[in-house]
Amino acid sequence: MSEVIVITSGKGGVGKTTTSANIGTGLAMLGKRVVLVDADIGLRNLDVVMGLENRIIYNLVDVIEGTCRIKQALIRDKKKSNLYLLPSAQTKDKTAVTPQQMKKLTEELKEQFDYVIVDCPAGIEQGFRNAIAGAGHAIVVTTPEVSAIRDADRIIGLLEAARMKKVELIVNRIRSDMVHRGEMMSMEDVVEILAIDFLGAVPDDENIVISTNQGEPLAGSSSLAGQAYLNIARRITGEKVPILDLEPSQSLWNKLRQALVRANV
Amino acid sequence: MRWFRFFRKKNASREVAKDRLKLLLVSDRAGCTPDIMESIKNDLIHVISKYMEIDTNGLEIKITRTASEDSRETVPALYANIPIVNLRNVKG
Repeated sequence: MSEVIVITSGKGGVGKTTTSANIGTGLAMLGKRVVLVDADIGLRNLDVVMGLENRIIYNLVDVIEGTCRIKQALIRDKKKSNLYLLPSAQTKDKTAVTPQQMKKLTEELKEQFDYVIVDCPAGIEQGFRNAIAGAGHAIVVTTPEVSAIRDADRIIGLLEAARMKKVELIVNRIRSDMVHRGEMMSMEDVVEILAIDFLGAVPDDENIVISTNQGEPLAGSSSLAGQAYLNIARRITGEKVPILDLEPSQSLWNKLRQALVRANV
Repeated sequence: MRWFRFFRKKNASREVAKDRLKLLLVSDRAGCTPDIMESIKNDLIHVISKYMEIDTNGLEIKITRTASEDSRETVPALYANIPIVNLRNVKG
């Protein structure tokens, strides 16, 4: 039973592409056959996050226009033989593809893969409509900021209007120290405001920047973000995984010092 | 350390953000401006006041999402909380 999952957010820069790469990597680690589809036509970047930018020959638009077969455009991951990328075109723009064509493409990919993960462009125009066309499951990524949550709410409304069967939420870039100080909304706050099913939270972790620099997704690594992404992948497969404590592990001394600092505020 | 929370400033930006968002999403979801919400509120007061005495200051309306009765989908709903001051004051 294959699934097409679109990763979307409305607002740009909240971590859609990083989330797509890490969910794909996490699902592949769990033994699933996964293909990542970069639906951001004209602004290609999932290939860079995956570290596969030098291997691209054909792209999504080539497949849709019939220049090549799907198999020729798929790029295998450097480490995982069950993880593939269908890169986006850099020279075309989003009008090169229609929702019907995207739907047909994802249908074909479903035959070969357990999970088709579509990385949606920012915005609510044609690029968004293309990306959601073949999906039965949407994951909305947001950060604990007013602007990102507002756009997420708008996207949730559009997904419901498009009769998306399943819509779930990931809260990205949580800083638990700021939440404790009362200067950042918690994942509970965001879930309460948006009122949709919660899939997971990812801490604001410097390892994400390092992993993007290296072009190697960190899902499954020992970092907090790596654990959070693997947990999210597990939940997608239907496993019940408790919510991760986003507090970095600390020495007793650090805990004591933080408590003292907090007391003085 | 719990009791230290007492001394923390009340309107930390987390609460400010939540309050701003709640207001913002009401008008976003309704697809109408806070002005229109205000008009709806005033019209409701006008209509209901004909039949009973209500607490106009305590009246609250908002657009929320709620589970539809005949399917598992969520649909927008207009939620109104209208405190009644005096029920007996019903005018024919």
